Amino acid sequence: MRYSALEVLKQGLTGNKTWKPAWRDPEPKQDYDVIIIGGGGHGLATAYYLSKKHGIRNVAVLEKGWIGGGNVGRNTTIVRSNYMLPGNEPFYELSMKLWEGLEQDFNYNAMVSQRGIINLFHNDAQRDAYVRRGNSMIMAGADAEFLDEDAIRKELPFLDYDNARFPIRGGLAQRRGGSVRHDAVAWGYARGADENGVDIIQNCEVTGFDIKDGVCHGVETTRGKIGGKKIAVCVAGSSGHVMAKAGMRLPIESHVLQAFVSEGLKPIIPGVITFGAGHFYVSQSDKGGLVFGGDIDGYNSYAQRGNLPTVEDVCEGGMAVMPMIGKARLLRSWGGIMDMSMDGSPFIDKTHISGLYFNGGWCYGGFKATPASGYCYAHLLANNAPHPVAKDYRLDRFISGKMIDEKGMGAQPNLH
Amino acid sequence: MIINHPYLGPRDAAEFVYLGDASLLERPDWQSEDAASEFHDYLHLRDNVAGEMRELWFHEQGDRSWLVVTRNTITHEVIKVEMARDVAQKISNGAAA
Repeated sequence: MRYSALEVLKQGLTGNKTWKPAWRDPEPKQDYDVIIIGGGGHGLATAYYLSKKHGIRNVAVLEKGWIGGGNVGRNTTIVRSNYMLPGNEPFYELSMKLWEGLEQDFNYNAMVSQRGIINLFHNDAQRDAYVRRGNSMIMAGADAEFLDEDAIRKELPFLDYDNARFPIRGGLAQRRGGSVRHDAVAWGYARGADENGVDIIQNCEVTGFDIKDGVCHGVETTRGKIGGKKIAVCVAGSSGHVMAKAGMRLPIESHVLQAFVSEGLKPIIPGVITFGAGHFYVSQSDKGGLVFGGDIDGYNSYAQRGNLPTVEDVCEGGMAVMPMIGKARLLRSWGGIMDMSMDGSPFIDKTHISGLYFNGGWCYGGFKATPASGYCYAHLLANNAPHPVAKDYRLDRFISGKMIDEKGMGAQPNLH
Repeated sequence: MIINHPYLGPRDAAEFVYLGDASLLERPDWQSEDAASEFHDYLHLRDNVAGEMRELWFHEQGDRSWLVVTRNTITHEVIKVEMARDVAQKISNGAAA
């Protein structure tokens, strides 16, 4: 069923009797061409592009809980492509372009809102770094705009410009960045994939891999054994835990990142703002809540909740850049589990086990990457070769020395 | 989280800095044949345990000692705390850590 304003009107006038569920609830088959493990944003996007772009429709998405119940529903919904390195920026810019056409493509309202993102800077060195980053973005076909203090004052008059320690000197803006309703991304991809014949199987946890002589033939699950020619793991957050079942160790640690929403307020923040002197980013949802976050807690964790010192740290960052945030009451906070990779960049790659593929290590930049991650993973699965913009996301890059170290800090899992 | 320091008693985890898996104490032999690949694994690969994990914490805001903390990564429960020095001593004496 195609969604449209006309359809809403027609259904409304006829008692809303013929709406159908947006996806089926099928029993798992014996065999699939491709099994995708993980029904989050990236897994569902992979299934969608596999079935739509590559015509591979005998596909299952296995999800331990319910689709969209993991990180795609636990982030701060920001989309942007303001990276710098050649291994990253073209990939994120592809993602940005896919976001721009996404709703028309999968016929679902994902509330893509290009309200812009502004990264603030507070000193000369930071200005130079942002100018450089802006130029790199423009060279990769993205948009970037340098704003001086006066321009920022006009746009965001409520910030603390004369803060003695962190005076705001300007910012780097990406006008095409913004926010997207995260749940709708999972649902839209799920509906699109399901329409193309993909089986989305929920409440189905993978408990092991069927690996013989270096070839993966399928998976064992809580709903029985399922065979597959290609097994695509896509479980960022739990990558270490799942890949251990295939006997693999990864350049990844799982960490908890907290996010926060205030009570609903009148519109005050036009886009996304990031603080350059601490780690703090904030935007305002359509319902009016201020959505914000900061650093990871900083210790290995698989618990979807964090601790109070980080709450304090994030709120201090907020108070430093935007003191009026102190008047808002916090409504909710939650934690999500991040695959923190050793250089801060992700992986979309084959493994040394034939037929087993891996997508993960998204640190806490996974949401914005959802469309391109699915697009490039589908490309890898269909052609057995990486997509040109994702060719550097290799598992062996720490051996080959081709790390994608956006921050220039070396091998550390808690980079971003 | 409260970390029960062997000498200083219960301390807030915020006083500590986290390094990661305690296997970092077991540095490979730089003279071995495949030292390059051993160091790759040592530096970059992790067990990333879901459950009980032994990890290194540094008491930066306290006595600046390194600790080996056994902690559950699913519940955040701290199970056992040892001085890293003692653990490292045991390893160099040839006992299993």
